[in-house]
Formats: sequence, structure tokens, C-alpha cells
Amino acid sequence: MKYRKVGKIMINDDKLVIGGHEFSSRFILGSGKYSMKLIEAAVRDAGAEIITLAVRRANTKEQENILDYIPKGVTLLPNTSGARNADEAVRIARLARELGCGDFVKVEIMRDTKYLLPDNYETIKATQILANEGFVVMPYMYPDLNAARDMVNAGAATIMPLASPIGSNKGLATREFIQILIDEIDVPIIVDAGIGRPSQACEAMEMGAAAIMANTALATAGDLPMMASAFKQAIEAGRRAYLAGLGRVLTRGASASDPLTGFLR
Amino acid sequence: MENKFFVDSQYLSKGALEKKHRLENDPSSRTNHMEYMPGMEVIESDVRGQVMGQVEAYDYSKYTARDVRAALDHATCSVEDFKALLSPAAEPFLEEMAKRASLETSKHFGNTVYLFTPLYIANYCENYCVYCGFNCYNHINRMKLNLEQIEHEMQVIADSGMEEILILTGESRAVSDVKYIGEACKLARKKFRMVGLEIYPVNTDEYRYLHECGADYVTVFQETYDSDKYETLHLLGHKRVWPYRFDAQERALRGGMRGVAFSALLGLSDFRKDALASALHVYFLQRKYPHAEMSLSCPRLRPIINNDKINPLDVGEKQLCQILCAYRIFLPYVGITVSSRESAQFRNGIVKIAATKISAGVSTGIGDHESKYTGRDEQGDKGDEQFEINDNRSLHAMYDDMSDEGLQPVLNDYVYV
Repeated sequence: MKYRKVGKIMINDDKLVIGGHEFSSRFILGSGKYSMKLIEAAVRDAGAEIITLAVRRANTKEQENILDYIPKGVTLLPNTSGARNADEAVRIARLARELGCGDFVKVEIMRDTKYLLPDNYETIKATQILANEGFVVMPYMYPDLNAARDMVNAGAATIMPLASPIGSNKGLATREFIQILIDEIDVPIIVDAGIGRPSQACEAMEMGAAAIMANTALATAGDLPMMASAFKQAIEAGRRAYLAGLGRVLTRGASASDPLTGFLR
Repeated sequence: MENKFFVDSQYLSKGALEKKHRLENDPSSRTNHMEYMPGMEVIESDVRGQVMGQVEAYDYSKYTARDVRAALDHATCSVEDFKALLSPAAEPFLEEMAKRASLETSKHFGNTVYLFTPLYIANYCENYCVYCGFNCYNHINRMKLNLEQIEHEMQVIADSGMEEILILTGESRAVSDVKYIGEACKLARKKFRMVGLEIYPVNTDEYRYLHECGADYVTVFQETYDSDKYETLHLLGHKRVWPYRFDAQERALRGGMRGVAFSALLGLSDFRKDALASALHVYFLQRKYPHAEMSLSCPRLRPIINNDKINPLDVGEKQLCQILCAYRIFLPYVGITVSSRESAQFRNGIVKIAATKISAGVSTGIGDHESKYTGRDEQGDKGDEQFEINDNRSLHAMYDDMSDEGLQPVLNDYVYV
């Protein structure tokens, strides 16, 4: 059991391990839409220990540079948004390292500005190059088992499948395929993009996802801190449910009193 | 009531006046606006046919409140839905459209608003576009900044904190050639994170050259997609060639530009058809070039020097708002820019509904940033403005105002790769 009781206190020994680094929180703040209030709520109320950062946004002279607002102890996860192929993603990742963002990188490669769907093929190529350069590579991908295996073989530290189109808040539209990744892939599966409600985050965690990344769901909420706290609780609840082992779910009505296989001798 | 565009300057020679009047009054004296001029590249493309086929068949009077309600109920806005949202039948639904548009904007852009500023480096022009302050028959102070002056202007703008710049010229290949514009782009790349261009349309290889010089975004306004009306407004010069202008964005993308921007100048012709055409131009090009970033602007006619009577006619703020809401619902992923032609009050409101990008610290004149930014009177000449602006807030005023509106101003969202 990952939780143990010491006196009346529940200790969380259940760590999220990415590339050898341990995290207690399983909520990751996505980038894209941010405000300083969002970062504050994500860290304080959702307990985020990893915050994604769009390098293209950080590459600024702006007075309110997002880098200045990341609290100490929080791990930066720069992403390569804006990249249209592996080559561009690699260059953005290297720029992130130069900017002092560390070795974590979320590879995002999109060749479509309408739906912003990730390009798995280019992502595999970028993963290979960046993993060889010592980056902790977290590829954002469309949930495809073959592509996920290729990314792991290329050195990915996690796999980050999308739940539904980015920014859509539509929840687990790719549920079945994410479940296959959870069942078959040995590195942590972090569900990214499309999670719009705490209940959806909870469901993904119950399925066995290692963590949830969200941004729009918080950024567009009426009360940021309250929504951040709701996500924290939902993710923790889902994780505990997964660790506890979900109980039997009856698919239709009550179970038959006479067993179907009763005729067997 | 129509706009009165024709104004005669007392400074024009008799010969020039005669030619001007002939162009204005005798259509046979004008060149064929559908025929390419020498040197203009012709590209194979089906986009123009796709856009104009839809626009020509568009009868907005046939749409009803029921069509509008259905459009607002649909999760994805089809071309037919968009046509309904642009129709007069949608006018009573403006608040509902605004709510839906606001939702789409926040899903795709959150609470961010991007800030940029234009820099006019020359106002020489070889075209006679009857509504434009730069037109070749309008008596204004003409100026072309040299590279040293451009660098100075850019430094003044960069010192204000601005990180994205849009370089503009009047449309004169002879005075402001592609090489000159390319040199301006090289200077801009040293001082800004993002460089856009709004210049006369050029060929693919020239766009490629300008991209190599540091420009990554190209804006071309079609002015009006109604080619017959276009012919009566653009009487002289290379701008007269309607199809060459139409294909400019596609040539820019083929030349390697990351993104392109589109617009009609609302008020020149039937604004509903022009709005439909602008959005469909984006829609069909996006399908062909899915990696490209696209954005829409929505300028309305404004008064110019020597003609303060020019106005946007029947495109009131409510109509403009309807168009912008319809754009956002139909194309939730595109940027929408609202220029300083509009009032501060309108811009403050529309960024919470549909717009994602606004200009600040704007001058449409030449070489006057230092005096406008610092109040210090610079030495030397200045070139006159293209049109009157309505919102003259500085970058800092805009930054503070946007923050006060609950938005996150963004000065850069871009990395060159």
C-alpha cells in the first residue's frame, strides 16, 4: 500500500517517478493559457510540483516573465509548442536548456493549427534525439500503442496521451486507447489535454493514469483556487481508488441466482 | 448614402488632374483588373474558386431566426451555420453570439491578449486607391526612412517594451523595393521577437527572401472580395490586379512564412459578403496548409488626410461585433486582430468576446515615434499618416488597461525555429 498511517496522519509514500525524479503531486499544470493567479492556485491549491512552460512564451523581455513567478521547488517542464517537426522541437528544447529551464522537456509537435493534434511520427524522432542528449523527454501524443512503444524505445520517460482535443474540456474521448497504453506501457502514462472536470481527472486516475495535466479547465473556471483544490482532491481520490482496486461493477442488473455454468459437471 | 472618395488636390498638374478624372469617370481608361501585369507570378490554386463560389451564391436574406438558433446549437459551426450568423436574422441574437464567441475564445486562447505595434517605414505609393490616405494623387508629406532612421524608430519602440512589430510601407516597388524591406526586417529581428509584414503583395521567391531576412508573418488585406466593386476603387497601379492580391497569402506560405493574416476593409462593399469571403479565405487555405497560423482583421473605413468625410457607412459597432462573433464561432482557432481604428471602449469590450490581438503605441505616420512616445520633438521631416486612428493608448496604458479588464497581456508568444 502506498499510503501508511502514522498515528492519525496518513503518509503518502506513493510517488510519481519521472526520469528518476520523485514527485508527491500527480497534478501537472499545463501551459498555453496562464496567468500569475493560475500559477499561484495550481501550486497552492492543486499542489502542483510540475508546471509546464511554453518556451516561446518564456522567451520574452516582458516585465512579468512567467519564469519569475515559478516558486522555488517547483519543477519546470518546458514544452516545444510552436514546433512543426522534430528538428524545430529539438531546437526549442535546446533553447529551453540554455534559458536555464533544466533537463525536462515535453515534446509537442503539431502540423495542424486548427485542432493542434500532435504528430506522433515527428515526436518519435525528436524523442530519440533529445533522450540521447540527456533530456528527460515527456512526449505529448495521440494515443496509439505502436507509437507509444516507439517513443519508449526512443527513450521517453513518460507517455502523455491526449484525452480529447486540446482546450475542448471534453474529457476522456480516447478512454479505451488510453487504457491500452496504461495496460501495456511500462513508463508513467500522464493524461494530457481535454480534461475539463475534476470528475474526468478522477476517472483517468481510477483507470491507472500516473498523473493528470490540465490547464484550460482551471484557467476558465469561475473560482480558480476552488477549482484547483477540486482537481487536487479528485486526482487523489482517483489514485486511491486505483491503488485500492476497484470493486466489482455489475454491468447489467443483478447477478443471476443460478450460475450460468451450473450445468457443468 | 455613398462615400465621396474623389478629392482633387490643388497641387496636381493639369495633366495629372486630367488623367485622374479620366480614371475616375471613364472605365475604359482603366486596365483590366483581372489581368496579371508583367512580373506577377501566377500560381495554380483552387482556393479562389472555392471561396468565390460560396460568396456568389450567398443570399443572406434567406436566413431566418430558426437558422441562427440552429447554428448556435451546433457544437461545430458549418459554413452554412456561419452564413446564418452573418445574416441580418442574427442581429437580435448578438448577446447569445457574444457569449458563445467568448466561450470559444477562452477555450482556445484563455485570458490572454497579444500586443503589437505597427511601424510605417515609407508612405510612397504608386496606386490610386480612392479611399486611402497614401494614394498617389493625395497631397501628403511623403517620406521613406533610411536604415539609420528605421533603426532609431525601432529602438524607440523596443525601449517601450514592445516585442512584436509589424512593418508597413506604402505600395511602391520603385521607392520601397523588396531589398529595402528585407534590410528593415533584418534590423527588426535584432530588436524584436516577432516580425510581421504588411506590404504590397510579392512573388513566392520574394516572400522567401523576406522570410530569410526575418519576417515570419504576412498580412494582406483584399480590401473587398467583390471584384467589380474593387475595380471601381483601385483605379491605378499594381494593386488594381485583384487575383494577384487574392493569392498573396498562398504565395507567402509557399515562400515559408509561418503565418498569414486576412481582411476586407469593411464598408467598401457589401460587408456581409466581404466578411464571408474573408473567413472562407482562411478556412480553405487552412485546409490546404494545415500547419499555417492564420488570423483575421476587421478594419472599417476611416477618415484620411484631405477627406474627413470617409466613414464605414452601414458597418456600425453592432455589425462589427456580429461579424467578429461569427468569425470566432466559425474559426475558433484563428487570431483576431482589432486595430486602433476602433475606439478604446470598443477594443476593451471586444477582447473579452472575440479579439486576441490589439495594437498599442500606434502611429500610422512615418518617422514620428520618438515625438509620439516621448513628447520630444525630433529633428527632420515626418511623413503623413495613412488614416486617422481612434485609440492612441501607449503600450503601458494598454498593458494596464488589459490587466484591469482581467486579461493577461502577452508581448511575445513566439520562438523562431
